[in-house]
Amino acid sequence: MFRLFDQASYDILKHAKIAFVVAAVFTIPGLFLLAIRGPNLSIEFTGGTLVELRALDAAIQTQQIRGALGVAGITGAEIQTYGAPNEFVIRARLESEEVTAETTQETERAIQVALTDAFGVGSFEVVRAEAIGPKVGGELRTRAQMALLLAFGAIFIFIWFRYEWRFGLAAVLATVHDILTTIAFISYMNLEVSLVVVAGLLTIIGYSLNDTIVTFDRVRENLRKFRRKNIYEILNRSINETLPRTVLTSGTTLVATIALLVLAGKVISGFAWVMTFGVITGTFSSIFIASPLLLAVERRWPGEDVRGAKTLTSTGAAVVT
Amino acid sequence: MLSSIRNRLILIGVLVAISIFSLIPRDVTTRVRGADGAMKDTTIRRVPLKLGLDLQGGIHLALEIDESRGQVQDRAGAIDRALTVIRTRVDEFGVAEPLIQRVGTDRIVVELAGIDDPGRAKQIVQRSAFLEWRIVDMQDRFKDALPAIDGALARAGVTGAPGVAATVPSGVEQLLGIDSAARDTTVAADSVEEATEGQPAPLSSLLYNGQIPGEFMVLEEIYPYVDSIIRLQPAQSGIPRGLDLVWAMEPTSQGGRAYRALYAVDARPIITGEVISDARATVDQVSRSSVVQFTLNRAGGRILRRETGRHINDYMAIMLDGRVNRQPPVIRSQIYRNGQIELGSAPLREAEDLALVLRAGALPAPVVIVEERTVGPTLGRDSVTQGRRAAAVAAVAVLLIMAAYYRAAGLLAIGALIFYVLFTLGGLASLDATLTLPGLAGFVLSLGIAVDANVLIFERIREELKLSKTPRSAVDEGFTHAMPAIIDANITTVVTAAFLFQFGTGPVKGFAVTLIIGIIASLITAVFVTRTFFLIWLQSRRAAEGLSI
Repeated sequence: MFRLFDQASYDILKHAKIAFVVAAVFTIPGLFLLAIRGPNLSIEFTGGTLVELRALDAAIQTQQIRGALGVAGITGAEIQTYGAPNEFVIRARLESEEVTAETTQETERAIQVALTDAFGVGSFEVVRAEAIGPKVGGELRTRAQMALLLAFGAIFIFIWFRYEWRFGLAAVLATVHDILTTIAFISYMNLEVSLVVVAGLLTIIGYSLNDTIVTFDRVRENLRKFRRKNIYEILNRSINETLPRTVLTSGTTLVATIALLVLAGKVISGFAWVMTFGVITGTFSSIFIASPLLLAVERRWPGEDVRGAKTLTSTGAAVVT
Repeated sequence: MLSSIRNRLILIGVLVAISIFSLIPRDVTTRVRGADGAMKDTTIRRVPLKLGLDLQGGIHLALEIDESRGQVQDRAGAIDRALTVIRTRVDEFGVAEPLIQRVGTDRIVVELAGIDDPGRAKQIVQRSAFLEWRIVDMQDRFKDALPAIDGALARAGVTGAPGVAATVPSGVEQLLGIDSAARDTTVAADSVEEATEGQPAPLSSLLYNGQIPGEFMVLEEIYPYVDSIIRLQPAQSGIPRGLDLVWAMEPTSQGGRAYRALYAVDARPIITGEVISDARATVDQVSRSSVVQFTLNRAGGRILRRETGRHINDYMAIMLDGRVNRQPPVIRSQIYRNGQIELGSAPLREAEDLALVLRAGALPAPVVIVEERTVGPTLGRDSVTQGRRAAAVAAVAVLLIMAAYYRAAGLLAIGALIFYVLFTLGGLASLDATLTLPGLAGFVLSLGIAVDANVLIFERIREELKLSKTPRSAVDEGFTHAMPAIIDANITTVVTAAFLFQFGTGPVKGFAVTLIIGIIASLITAVFVTRTFFLIWLQSRRAAEGLSI
């Protein structure tokens, strides 16, 4: 029987400070960058230009059009077949521009030039070019944010009920960490924020919460099992005991997301990047952030542990400071 | 123990059967009103688990404001409001993640995926659904004006419709049973001009008196002709100020012949449909006809009560899209917040569609579908193909890791995961869900959680084995101890997903639905299916010597 990290017993909490610093150093500049540059929203949010195209050359297919537009620097276009197999609708927008009548013409011209360069004159004709409004309104964002805030509240209450409120607070804070680091990552990579990327972010939240709860479940169990030990030792022991599972699950998921990243093509690559990074940061946070946060919450508001387990002793607190 | 395993297998078999059943495409036959107004059976093939616009494409409708019947002021504003109304309607119709987009300045594009019945969807998108309450012409002002209108039409060269008029059978009034003792056959008999000139009056000779003030009957077959006459300029200018002529929604049958009612009503509605707060379709218990019952909001209710109080003993027409629904009832007492529209023998589904558009609100101006096409996936065919390949590679990789790491137990997990996928797809199909890429993300997350549940259980069994327990008790202990973590983690995820579903829109909702279904399926497989597999495995002799995990 081969088992990863079979007899692991690392003093993970000792490195908590480093972990917090790493997280802060990674996240804060990314958020600043986002604040300065603004999010790179996809055409679904901004609107842009719709160009209806009729290809006169049978070799021109979705993939070829995407390639030609990519060469000319028009990225993030939606290319849809439209009725007949040689007719297409392209929804595109030039880099960071307001949608006006002029940009519509400009975008149309840019697409014309890009396709002429790639396929030659007379290989296609533009049937129509028009400005289009955004596909999703601002309500998507506000409502998604509200849903998340309420969900965090509910999770906090649920974990309070099943564990203890300190666990709930630590779990929610660890998840906020995952969201912020992933947003910072999106900002560094200047990934286009599309609906699919939003779905990726939501997936990461679910994934990371799952990871954190599994560790906390072991903490709860060990708190009952080893009543003599202080919480510092119990947290370390719990992280180490769940390490084989954490590594295996994350590793498996990572293999899947990397397959997506390498093979799934440009349109889905934003989603695949977010997922890949999110699995890494989610795993990092459930090992190095969630439990130290729980310890920090305990230190700030010392009290009875779950199910009447030992309270946090001052020695435990002293080790981490 | 044996019987327990048998019961478990039976239960799993039932779940599998339900899932497979919900995934089989089948034909559904419904009665629908055709373009000619006749009822006919149509068979629609319901495909479970449709793919969304992003993955498969769908139908594309381009809508423009219809100005064939009059100019529309403020077209840009009308397009904006129409966009909101159509979005609400499509959302209520239950199409997952539609595309509703303004194109150019005067066009709305609606793209819908996975529609079983495109005709119905088109109806819902372009129906105006403008509801108004109007008082009928109580003073017979229109009837009094008829001679003048006849005169004006005659002077304009309208000679009545000889061919049409000839088809009017004699003695109609008996068949009609309308007031025949007091009045003559047609309204024209009251007309002075006809009496003096001896020529059929162009309009009034075609109208029969109705049963209530302001109501006239026209033979169904000549109603398009009459409609064309009253649209003529001489007739229009002869209609008394403040009155409109409107047709009934449906023909009525009297004495074996079909008639269409024409009503003279106040041009000013006492109230219009913006005040509707709710509308529901039901079947009237007495008449067995489909009915849409609606409720007005408080403000609307107050106006209606005030106005109906002012019009006691008058007749009030409820009009939908310019047509009068049923014969206007007399107002006996003040009416407050409730009302209804009767659809006669139309199927309940038609009433449901009408209730939907009434709830969503009226379009600010009539719209017409100017283009209809089939469109490919918004992600592009290339991306869908690549994505499919990537997903296959990822799935195989995960399964290989599980098998390599957990050996025989890993194979059990793979078996359990196949059941998980079947349950999830079956659940989604029975909810009539449409799969989109965000939905697939939710599916992938729940798949990850399902794999994780197995990993949790197996790791726990390994820990128990290290404490040199027998395989039997190691498995028991492993499941017992892994369960709280699995259940707590799953509930937390479901709670998050439930909030996303309740408050999220479009793709966020799609994500939440697949996630919730997936987690339920994951819990069933982890707690139940994997456990059953282990129980069977433990019965074999080889397992007693040591687990391959």
